[in-house]
Amino acid sequence: MPTLTSLIEHYNYFITIFLMMTGLYIVVARGNLLKKLVGLSIFQTSVYLLYIEPAKIIGGTAPILDPAFKVYSNPLPHVLILTAIVVGVATLALGLALVVRINEAYGTVEEHEIFERDRDT
Amino acid sequence: MNAVWPQLPALLVVIPLIAAALVALSRHGELAFALTLVVSWVLPFIAGAMLWQVLQTGPISYHIGGWEPPWGIEYRVDALNGFILVLVSSIGAVIVPAAWRSISFEITEGRLAWFYCMYLLCLAGLLGIAITGDAFNAFVFLEISSLASYVLIALGYDRRALLAAYQYLIMGTIGATFYVIGVGLLYLLTGSLNMVDIAARLGPAAPAQMPAIVAALAFLTVGISLKLALFPLHAWLPNAYAYAPSWITVFLSATATKVAIYLLIRYYFSVFGIAIDFAALPITEIVIVLSVAAMFIASLVAVFETNIKRMLAYSSVAQIGYITLGIGLANQAGLTGGLVHVVNHALMKAALFLGVCAIVYRACPVQLENLAGIGRKMPLAMAAFTIAGFGLIGTPGTAGFISKWYLAAGAFDKGWWPLVAVIVACSLIALVYVGRLLEVVWLREPSPGVAHATEPPASMLLPLIVLAAATIYFGFDTEWTVGVGSTAAKALLGGLR
Repeated sequence: MPTLTSLIEHYNYFITIFLMMTGLYIVVARGNLLKKLVGLSIFQTSVYLLYIEPAKIIGGTAPILDPAFKVYSNPLPHVLILTAIVVGVATLALGLALVVRINEAYGTVEEHEIFERDRDT
Repeated sequence: MNAVWPQLPALLVVIPLIAAALVALSRHGELAFALTLVVSWVLPFIAGAMLWQVLQTGPISYHIGGWEPPWGIEYRVDALNGFILVLVSSIGAVIVPAAWRSISFEITEGRLAWFYCMYLLCLAGLLGIAITGDAFNAFVFLEISSLASYVLIALGYDRRALLAAYQYLIMGTIGATFYVIGVGLLYLLTGSLNMVDIAARLGPAAPAQMPAIVAALAFLTVGISLKLALFPLHAWLPNAYAYAPSWITVFLSATATKVAIYLLIRYYFSVFGIAIDFAALPITEIVIVLSVAAMFIASLVAVFETNIKRMLAYSSVAQIGYITLGIGLANQAGLTGGLVHVVNHALMKAALFLGVCAIVYRACPVQLENLAGIGRKMPLAMAAFTIAGFGLIGTPGTAGFISKWYLAAGAFDKGWWPLVAVIVACSLIALVYVGRLLEVVWLREPSPGVAHATEPPASMLLPLIVLAAATIYFGFDTEWTVGVGSTAAKALLGGLR
């Protein structure tokens, strides 16, 4: 029984790990360059959860010094993830721009077709 | 001067960052290049001044915005990263004069200013990774340099450059995300992001914390290894190097992987050194096995490669194997050898790829059979190329020999005879592929493709000669490379428990 309670208590981490694996699997398993980027985004986003979840304390307030409040949430992970979100957006935008250019150059965004066209020339 | 001196660590990163913005605003190729040239030549002096100060008075700690570490971001320079900072900024300074001709030849004029902007961002990112003492800050710089290098690779003239950049983007982002997961786990364990503070708070790890620490170590190892192209995570590297603009290959091969290697060393020895008893976990064994695989397999692939850029790229994977072998050995001689090889390989590979840069500029072909007899057409450039090639093999009298000597001594100290044999055997394989290259370059009749080739312009030839001369110089005078390398190695090994 203790394992079951521990599972239920940490259900959010299992969701995070599930999302992580889903994202990574899509990156590896899909040949479509756009879908790979979707997978990459899911993978990155799951990491945001990994940081945010432990920072949330039930009943915790923002860290403002006041005698009325005793429990504070740590704001630092939120700040870190704000940075990570910006990085993720930049990566996704650059990835999509590259896919547009690849589509212009090859006329396809399917990996195996791209390899075929390179072999032909 | 007195006002500037304490601000040097910040200036090293801020100058290229601001210059990148100015270059982007200039929209003008010549202006952009002039600014890049000035900035690239200022940086090694800053880095050199810091290394000098570190060797005189010990580590420099710089608090960004005046916030005390561990709360604020700390820039921390010690012998190890002072060494890396000098290396990266000096390589940038030496090769940047060659950029103008080479890049103007390979990239359309309207993109020149953007190109130099991306180069400066990449340089700022690499210097930032090396200088920062904050684990999350290192991630941000890692992504700055990576995003810039994806763009730089995609600017290659072949359409396959786009695919190479895309694949590097996928692999690089997975690597960076693994890195963030590792840092996140460390943050959960310690509540700190400052590397020195993390190491202090972890202390000798309690058994209950071990699974989390090992998981963090595993994520960081895989993430950083993707960036430094440790076998078998090197798949992005050959195509990225082969299809990037030639000059960018010179820059990335000499700096990007080296900075990632620094980061791995920093985590292994400075952050996890006390927490984990390396003898109890098979970490060094795994690193050594992968290094040996890299040395053997990548060298063998290089032997059969017909595109010289790809051949040298696979050779890079093999040489990175030598460096990580030094990390895996984790004793004084071995680690010194690894650190010295970081410098030596950067010099030799920069010279070799700069030779390729000159060939592309004068003759175009990068396929081996098209290069027949090019040595007779550009003897000076190819002589420098040859010296660097000998360095790669590890011929006595070149820098490559020194680092391999220390690596062999490190293996010998551990009593691992077969490893010494492996180092020698891999040098012999290097002899085969370098020999094959040199045979085509020097001994064959010039092919029609290279009939009109002449010596490259002085802006390319001089950096090439400087790098080749450095390859020989550091083969005899080892005071700087081995001296600083062994100081850094001693400090790192002293941090182990």
